[in-house]
Amino acid sequence: MADWKRICHIDEIPVLGARRIARSSGPDIAVFRTADDRVFALLDRCPHKGGPLSQGIVFGDSVACPLHNWTIGLATGAAREPDHGCTARFAVSLVDGVVHLDAEEIKTRELA
Amino acid sequence: MKKSKLVLVGNGMAGVRALEELLKIAPDLYEITVFGAEPHPNYNRILLSPVLAGEQTLDQIVLNPLSWYGENGITLHLGKKVVSIDRQRRIVKAGDGTEAPYDRLLLATGSNPFILPVPGKDLEGVIAYRDIADTQTMIDAAAKYRHAVVIGGGLLGLEAANGLMLRGMQVTVVHIMPWLMERQLDDNAGRLLQKSLEDRGLKFLIGAQTESLIPDKDGRVMAVRFKDGLEIPADLVVMAAGIRPNTELAEKTGLHCNRGIVVSDTLQTTTDPRIYAVGECAAHRGIAYGLVAPLFEQGKVCATHLAQFGIGRYTGSQTSTKLKVTGIDLFSAGNFTGGDGAEEIVLSDPFGGVYKKLVIKDDKLIGACLYGDTVDGSWYFKLLRDGRSVNDIRDKLMFGESNIGDVGHEGHSKAATMADSDEVCGCNGVNKGVICKAIKEKGLFTIDEVRKHTKASASCGSCTGLVEQLLMFTAGGDYSAAPKKKAMCGCTDASHAEVRQAIRERKLLSIDAVYRGVGWRTPNGCASCRPAVNYYLLSSWPKEAQDDPQSRYINERSHANIQKDGTYSVIPRMWGGETTADELYRIADAVVKYKIPTVKVTGGQRIDLLGVKKEDLPAVWKDIGMPSGHAYAKALRTVKTCVGSEWCRFGTQDSTQMGKDLERALWRMYAPHKVKLAVSGCPRNCAEAGIKDVGVIGVDSGWEIYIAGNGGIKTEVAQFLVKLKTADEVLEYSGAFLQLYREEGWYLERTVHYVSRVGIDHVKKKILDDAAGRKALWERLQFSLDGEPDPWFEFDKAAVDTRQFATVGAV
Repeated sequence: MADWKRICHIDEIPVLGARRIARSSGPDIAVFRTADDRVFALLDRCPHKGGPLSQGIVFGDSVACPLHNWTIGLATGAAREPDHGCTARFAVSLVDGVVHLDAEEIKTRELA
Repeated sequence: MKKSKLVLVGNGMAGVRALEELLKIAPDLYEITVFGAEPHPNYNRILLSPVLAGEQTLDQIVLNPLSWYGENGITLHLGKKVVSIDRQRRIVKAGDGTEAPYDRLLLATGSNPFILPVPGKDLEGVIAYRDIADTQTMIDAAAKYRHAVVIGGGLLGLEAANGLMLRGMQVTVVHIMPWLMERQLDDNAGRLLQKSLEDRGLKFLIGAQTESLIPDKDGRVMAVRFKDGLEIPADLVVMAAGIRPNTELAEKTGLHCNRGIVVSDTLQTTTDPRIYAVGECAAHRGIAYGLVAPLFEQGKVCATHLAQFGIGRYTGSQTSTKLKVTGIDLFSAGNFTGGDGAEEIVLSDPFGGVYKKLVIKDDKLIGACLYGDTVDGSWYFKLLRDGRSVNDIRDKLMFGESNIGDVGHEGHSKAATMADSDEVCGCNGVNKGVICKAIKEKGLFTIDEVRKHTKASASCGSCTGLVEQLLMFTAGGDYSAAPKKKAMCGCTDASHAEVRQAIRERKLLSIDAVYRGVGWRTPNGCASCRPAVNYYLLSSWPKEAQDDPQSRYINERSHANIQKDGTYSVIPRMWGGETTADELYRIADAVVKYKIPTVKVTGGQRIDLLGVKKEDLPAVWKDIGMPSGHAYAKALRTVKTCVGSEWCRFGTQDSTQMGKDLERALWRMYAPHKVKLAVSGCPRNCAEAGIKDVGVIGVDSGWEIYIAGNGGIKTEVAQFLVKLKTADEVLEYSGAFLQLYREEGWYLERTVHYVSRVGIDHVKKKILDDAAGRKALWERLQFSLDGEPDPWFEFDKAAVDTRQFATVGAV
């Protein structure tokens, strides 16, 4: 049973935008909100050169990295062809408009 | 639902490209069957010449391997020629009896070589040059025999001759017309070409008329005899005297043919709307195209129609020929022979091997023929296609624009002379070998495809001209025959012009309204179109359209420049490059307090604080207490000034004050791209006004205004616009020009590109000849800027989402 940690209310994330979650250790996590109010979480680092994906333009189910415009799928973390690479995903639970992340994943995933 | 049945007759480049386009937009609509007369999967016919020349292998020119057909569920009948179509029962039948029923039928039967009707044309050793089998025959013959004769001195004939020569044969080219490639070149260029090919060892018989081909005792060709009695030995004769649309099947089926299968703008045959035709076999508005780009455009339109979108229309293509015959650069487009009312500009340097002819009529470029130096071919082609007046650039026209930046590729302007390891794209570190490999292996045909796959020319674009040349050398043919209208991005078919027009005429006020009203395929656009649409809305309807920060690039959303490590840089505004002790104290204090690692003086006479953490931005702005420098925005950046008459012993005008006045009048001005100004107090021009979007130079009697200069990728000297007397006039004229640019420039188009697109005569007409129009432009700009907030201090008014500066969910 996952230990869901409350992050924020969905309204605290701009539509077609993102927020950053600072972790006590390891790089930030980015939480994204699509036009139809789905929420995704990825490591805030582009697989290309580590650009902060939370600062990119969100469109459809993707985000364009602000550094070199790689397009990263929000659901998969994968770069769109012809680029190759994948960034870590984090599980999201959205209950009554409240965004939760798995506490265990926050603590252990991609700390380098 | 049962799938409809689509049958393609002709497994070549045009037909298969149409299928690829169809599969992209409607992958599940049809059950597809393909018939191909040749026993090969779809290959790049243009590259048969490099295969013949031994530069590539047959495997390398395959575009769609057999596995592609399987993966897409396509039934493929190779080596089966379709011999009849039953239009009543809707069944096609191949020579071996194979049948396939269809709901829609696509004919892409290509063309047949024209065989001279001379005695001996059916002898062994007499072939056309059309397909893999012909190429193989030539390769085999070259290994066994010595003498080859190529009939036809057009592109195909010369390529065949070159290939055979490289394979060790002695080759004579027979050409009935007075000079080579007479359909692509004028007589001068044709002769230069002949000379250079002769230097390489080819022989020519120009104006010779073939009478017959003479057999040896075994029935193989042995010699060619001409009407004047001359006879030359020939163990191999290649007929390359032109092609004819292959309409045999269509005619047998009762489809209307007139120099090709006659098709409408939707590529449907005029006889039977269930039957489509694309490629060399189709006659559209009387033209059967033999070049790749038009065939691909046709394929695209045909696919949208087959997919039942019904939106596309093919309205014809303008084509250019840019070819590489044995290391010689040739380019021709349009009417290069001139004629009534046409004027010619000619540059001829026979010793240097360069010849250029430009044909102008009614102030427009109507044709170009280039030999030896073709780097400007695509620029001429663009001028030709756009049909813009070239009056204002007539004196420079011959020397070209060169679609290549000045820096970033080691000074190379000729891709052919570069080594594989030479860097083409300095931004993304892509060398020539990588690009050529991608073009070959992935079957790329357009500059966009190369950008996608290799990133070359995808950043600053300075090497676009080189990449185009590489495409031409590697993929062959006519990559540049682009559609007349360029879609804004993959989300829509609408061009920038159409989107802006819709916004203006229908008073659209939000991005959603544009996407719904103009027909977007994606629900909320992409990172490329959203910022553009947002700009068009704001610039068309100031004070009314809603700014959408989420549709702005991060720099304009956070009002600072993102750096490679995710920190930001802060550049406060220093009016005209002047600062004070107080400002410097505050900046120094902020640098210490926020531990800002780097402080740098910019090229625009300001101070850049680099490495600021995002969460510190609002506090840094507040502590410094200076206005936003907009160094992060597509907006007015700086007005660079020299010290001018206030201090300088040479100064004729108070350039610093003029610069400050301009900056105060224009700051907070968003534009299609960044805008930089400079004011110099005398013609020594210490503020470098000659390479700015607007450059002002003080002279004793007033001010000279220069526009559309550029100091970036392509150093471009600004053009003189007007001489003015007073500072107020300088404000009005500069402002009016910039407003014109704001209203007419495409998003991300710098003034240099904008003015080169519309012509400086257009700008002069609007700014100099039309006083009322100029004043109106200036007033519209002032109206737009009036009350514009400073985004570093007025967060609400500037729609700055301050939540971005904080993180969420302490974890």
